[in-house]
Amino acid sequence: MCLAVPGKIMSIRGDDLLRSGKVNFGGIVKEVNLSYVPEAKPGDYVVVHVGFAISIVDEQEANQVFEYLKAIGELEELQEGGAA
Amino acid sequence: MKFVDEYRDAIAAKQFVEAIARVTTKEWTIMEICGGQTHAIVKFGIDELLPKNITLVHGPGCPVCVTPIELIDKAIEIASRPDVIFCSFGDMLRVPGSQKDLFLVKAAGGDVRIVYSPLDCLKIARENPAKEIVFFAVGFETTAPANAMAVYQAYAQGIKNFSILVSHVLVPPAMEAILSSPLTRVQGFLAAGHVCTIMGYTEYEPIAAKYQVPIVVTGFEPLDILQGVYMCIRQLEEERAEVENQYARSVRKTGNEPAQQIIREVFRIVPRKWRGVGEIAESGLGMQEKYQAYDAEQKFGVASYTAEEPSECISGLIMQGVKKPNECSAFGTRCTPENPLGAPMVSNEGACAAYFRYRRVELMATQAEV
Amino acid sequence: MKNGKEFTLACPIPISQYPQVMLAHGGGGKLMHQLIEQMFVPAFHNSLLGVRHDGATLNVGGAKLAFTTDSYVVRPLFFPGGDIGTLAINGTVNDLAMCGARPLYLSAGFILEEGLEMETLWRVIQSMREAADAAGVQLVTGDTKVVDKGKGDGIFINTAGVGIIEHELTIAPASVQSGDAILISGDLGRHGIAIMAKREGLEFESEIESDCAPLAGLVAQLLGAGLEIHCLRDLTRGGLASALVEIAEAARVNVHVEERFIPVREDVRGACEILGFDPLYLANEGRFVLFIPASQTDAALRVLTAHQFGEGACVVGKVAAAPQAIVTMKSRIGGNRIVDMFSGEQLPRIC
Repeated sequence: MCLAVPGKIMSIRGDDLLRSGKVNFGGIVKEVNLSYVPEAKPGDYVVVHVGFAISIVDEQEANQVFEYLKAIGELEELQEGGAA
Repeated sequence: MKFVDEYRDAIAAKQFVEAIARVTTKEWTIMEICGGQTHAIVKFGIDELLPKNITLVHGPGCPVCVTPIELIDKAIEIASRPDVIFCSFGDMLRVPGSQKDLFLVKAAGGDVRIVYSPLDCLKIARENPAKEIVFFAVGFETTAPANAMAVYQAYAQGIKNFSILVSHVLVPPAMEAILSSPLTRVQGFLAAGHVCTIMGYTEYEPIAAKYQVPIVVTGFEPLDILQGVYMCIRQLEEERAEVENQYARSVRKTGNEPAQQIIREVFRIVPRKWRGVGEIAESGLGMQEKYQAYDAEQKFGVASYTAEEPSECISGLIMQGVKKPNECSAFGTRCTPENPLGAPMVSNEGACAAYFRYRRVELMATQAEV
Repeated sequence: MKNGKEFTLACPIPISQYPQVMLAHGGGGKLMHQLIEQMFVPAFHNSLLGVRHDGATLNVGGAKLAFTTDSYVVRPLFFPGGDIGTLAINGTVNDLAMCGARPLYLSAGFILEEGLEMETLWRVIQSMREAADAAGVQLVTGDTKVVDKGKGDGIFINTAGVGIIEHELTIAPASVQSGDAILISGDLGRHGIAIMAKREGLEFESEIESDCAPLAGLVAQLLGAGLEIHCLRDLTRGGLASALVEIAEAARVNVHVEERFIPVREDVRGACEILGFDPLYLANEGRFVLFIPASQTDAALRVLTAHQFGEGACVVGKVAAAPQAIVTMKSRIGGNRIVDMFSGEQLPRIC
């Protein structure tokens, strides 16, 4: 369910419920409704579902997957070290 | 594509798979709620990479699959009217109603159109003032703000020839229904990342506490799903039952508040029937009184329809995680994507279609051995 | 003659399936196959039709000829990188090339809708002339019909073509062998997305042009290099996935490909992500898949990549003995899955 894809905001126009913008998905540009991400600005990445941006991608949190993986590795090394 | 490609990295995937294998000491059954996750799992062969003692079962999170048969019949009835332009997301067109599907309505001359966004329907409505434009508003919490906005804008702009056929469902009540079933095998959940993007995840905390199940809010790319599985297994192995957020790049604890506001403005919570599962209290959205004029069921007088589901289809058991698609006697024989008995065989994200499309041979081989 | 069922006038497609023709019956997927296998092939059964290739190979008076036909119903009529006229020539030229033939003569049948602008028709005719010149074929016979306003979509074109086969190879699924290398001639999906983008109102940073191209010259070079081509198939409706499934089923082999080897441009992938499409199923009009002995891979790549229509050629997989009659794919992250045909057309996946 709920296919949503991240894209980069190129421009914004309109206000409130009619706030929309051009969003770039790897070279494809689509008009997207931005009324649910009032604080988004050009250059931000937004997650888009059926023509609506539903969140701004948190670029710091985006690395979390890789940091988590690294942390698992370090934790296990520590545990192995402790066991030996 | 940024924020897509990096989460499909083969080396990181392998490291996650190995880490999962190292922390898993017992047999565990985890349900991914969302059909989009099911799709990614089968498409990327993620379940095949996991240790054999982890079973992933596919939840009811495909709106196409859980839309009850009578709503399809209502859609077909409305779409068959000569004054109607009926708009829908693509997959809904192939779902069988009691007699036929929307594609057959189109073949018989009905004006049935596939749209990308519900807002496209408002444009069609403005361009066709002599026609009634009806949108088949299916979906979970993720899609509700979009569908609500279409109604809200139509109301604000005085567009009168537009209405929506509402089949909105809500995830947390379905999770509770699954957990309270005596047959349930589910020990942990991957919660649907985009539903939580809208709603946040505070609703899940009482569920995790009451049923003592770990719930990990999870994204849709392979690394997201693998990390979600890892976090869930860690909790199970450590006998914790918490709500954790794997998909923090999109999901905030309280969700998207402007979106929630519009949902509350246009919709209210109602009991809803789920195909294959039955009625679940407070599990759907219906139209608020103020927007009744945009409710297609009222406008076209089809509210009282009822219909029986084909008896052989065990989609309810499959969507509750009690059975796997290949455990159905009709799977791959009397029920195929070309000739589906039930909705999970229709949608690309339906558990049965996903199994059929991507895993058929392996499963057939296993069945032959048994 | 059990129950008299061997000869029946009843429609052989079970009524529980579609009792009417659906758009999906023309989508290049399973429903179209069902139509071909259950209605056309049994009705017209003969050994040439039984080969199930892009065209028929005929022995006529000592000459080996290839013969094929195709109809064109594209909307919009004009799209970036081509129009219905270029498609109508290149499509039939390519079907002949996939038989390993040198295309010679084409026919063209036009079904025009009342009210069509003469200017539009003239543009299409000019495109056809240019495409025919580029492919080295002559349009030697034709037909024109006009239908009432509303009964057509501007222009429908049918072309048929004849070519000559000047080698001893049997280029068909039956020649595919376990161990063969599988090559494609370039990146996938540009034609499908160029068309879809026009219909869906997608914009681009830089426009995606259809890959529409005549492939006979390139195939002639492959043959000229002495390569032992086992099978060729252009990747039109249904895309790479459907072509591979058809070949795997006809040759009773396992076709195995790796996702990471399959080139798809970033903007095409972007469009696929938004629409919920899989690039494996997108239509191409200037791409083909090639099956050759693995030992000839490098030689084939040299010929392909030196040609303007094969610049992006690469190896995408190999043929194995088992599991038979199936296409498997190793995903980007290393998991395996089965690649199947779509039932009908790809539908935008929203939810």
